[in-house]
Amino acid sequence: MNLDRTAKAFQFMEAIPHAKLLGIWFEAIGKGTAEMHMKYDRRFIGDPITGVIHGGAVFALLDTCCGAAVISHPEQKGLTATIDLRVDYMRSANPGDTIRAQATCYNVTHSVSFVRAVALDNDNDRPVATAAGAFVSGNL
Amino acid sequence: MAKSCPKHAHALKQKKNEALAVVVHSIPYLHFMGISFDRRGDDLTAIIRYHDSLIGNPSLPALHGGAIAAFLESSALIELSWRALLKKIEASPLVPHDIKPGTQVEMPKTIDFTVDYLRTGLPRDAYARASVRRSGRRYASVFVEAWQDKRSRIFAQATGHFLVPSTELDEET
Repeated sequence: MNLDRTAKAFQFMEAIPHAKLLGIWFEAIGKGTAEMHMKYDRRFIGDPITGVIHGGAVFALLDTCCGAAVISHPEQKGLTATIDLRVDYMRSANPGDTIRAQATCYNVTHSVSFVRAVALDNDNDRPVATAAGAFVSGNL
Repeated sequence: MAKSCPKHAHALKQKKNEALAVVVHSIPYLHFMGISFDRRGDDLTAIIRYHDSLIGNPSLPALHGGAIAAFLESSALIELSWRALLKKIEASPLVPHDIKPGTQVEMPKTIDFTVDYLRTGLPRDAYARASVRRSGRRYASVFVEAWQDKRSRIFAQATGHFLVPSTELDEET
């Protein structure tokens, strides 16, 4: 892993107020890949009966992780922005579990980067959610 | 009969406002994000109060795509659960309704949610309106639009599918 790239990635996270609000942190960054974690927090509850966190918090984690995967891609220069993102919620996340997002930027063109991601809780075999989206390539 | 009586209309309005407040206040994430709802008749507008921690790109500055998505998804979820409650209230307007502070309302479950980011979200309040395009036995399909200064300048839109609680599975709308 490129140290310079890693340092940049951590700086990037620190600079995102909304990611800070949700307590999202970088676990790993590669060339076009990123992993981010988010702790369970009672303030994120979207279903008070079950204590399951709101889909919006999972969406925000996936969006941030996808954006980081784009920025970490060797062919990407500068920051990015989401064009569109689709999240499929396969099942409710286990209340109490940390959510882990893993994103891969699998194709970069002149103007668009394509990304997919998965969100997991403590049960590795059954994803909580998957995401697929397009991001802006090149300098914003 | 009683339906035209102003006193009754007032009581019904109060009941509707209480039901909406119960649903919205029971969800910690809405409070955490600063999302509230404004009701005009059967029309709901979601409002997100601007605060600095909604920012995703401080150099522009722009709202975080995840915060925008969460706002739109909340708007869709409340629209769905509110419609279901409204139907119940209107079906039995003279019976004291069981929705009161502390009552927990079963929430719809999101199947999928797709957001189109049309323009940069500016650092100020935003509004959203959701419309239920299909509400069937198995799932509901909802479309949401969000704007800031101008209603005609939509900065984000979304489509989502939701599993609705069994009590709402009665009919097509």
